[in-house]
Amino acid sequence: MKQRLGRQLAAGAVSVSLGAALWHAIGVRPTPLVSLPALVSDAIPASGVSHPVTAVLLNFRSYDTLLEIAVLMTAAVVALALREEQTTRTDTPASARVRYVVLDTLVWRLVPLLVLVAGYLLWIGSKRPGGAFQAGSVLAGAAVLLRLSGFAITPVDHRLVSRIAMTLGMVIFLCVAIGTALAGRELLDYPVAWSGALILVIESALTISIGVVLFSLFDNAPQQPRGLSR
Amino acid sequence: MSADRLYAYVGAALVALSLYAFLVHTHLLRRLLAFNVMGGGTFLILVGLAQDGRGPDPVPQALVLTGIVVAISATALAIILLRRWFVFSQATALPEDEAQ
Repeated sequence: MKQRLGRQLAAGAVSVSLGAALWHAIGVRPTPLVSLPALVSDAIPASGVSHPVTAVLLNFRSYDTLLEIAVLMTAAVVALALREEQTTRTDTPASARVRYVVLDTLVWRLVPLLVLVAGYLLWIGSKRPGGAFQAGSVLAGAAVLLRLSGFAITPVDHRLVSRIAMTLGMVIFLCVAIGTALAGRELLDYPVAWSGALILVIESALTISIGVVLFSLFDNAPQQPRGLSR
Repeated sequence: MSADRLYAYVGAALVALSLYAFLVHTHLLRRLLAFNVMGGGTFLILVGLAQDGRGPDPVPQALVLTGIVVAISATALAIILLRRWFVFSQATALPEDEAQ
């Protein structure tokens, strides 16, 4: 008990000091040397898209996004390595489960709509808020809905297809990076005339990969242990 | 005070509160939640501070968007690790913390 109190006091002191330091730092924020929004808006016409955040994500700082999909892929690979044997899964096979009319009807209405929303988010990303991650997470949400309501998701359940889908974004992105380098430009420095099309291709591949990776992270989680008391 | 600076201050408060929760709780799920809230606070500071009095700034917004994606996948991976740990050891904390 005494040890616990000491721990709380120490944690409180550390947290309050960090909070105070941050508070002070926010108060005395220095003036920046360059204006990033101005730099971005100057370069937008050459980026191939008209939405500034998408331009930063997929063109000016596309390196970040390349590493982001690499992180996602790594997470998926680690999850696959840690998953339990497929034979231990206790999921009821789709054919054997009880059908609920309301649930099935709802799912069959919702899933096409979710796919449509994902496509819209992907397409609108070049002009307005939206893009690969938003679209990919909607796709993953649709897949989770299908899984939780007991439907088989044939393409994702297929081992090879899901592996290819997971790596697709990374592979396409790397191909573009290597292609620009081979063409004598900087890494990921797209030709202005092609940049819009290249960004759309990369974003489409990213959407599929992000959707499948997020879903596989959900799907490969170990089963909830029975009789969890704590 | 502009709304953007308010976001930054709220972010600072979230970081301090979640650091406390992270240090005090030993349950791994609580630690993970605290860590996520800390990430959220960092994102608020990043965007709020950069935009305070200068209007929208796409660069920190893009950085934070990338950060959110990475945070989500890291959280999912951490939950998988947690479940494996629980199945393996029937414990919700690490051995060093259990002893207390």
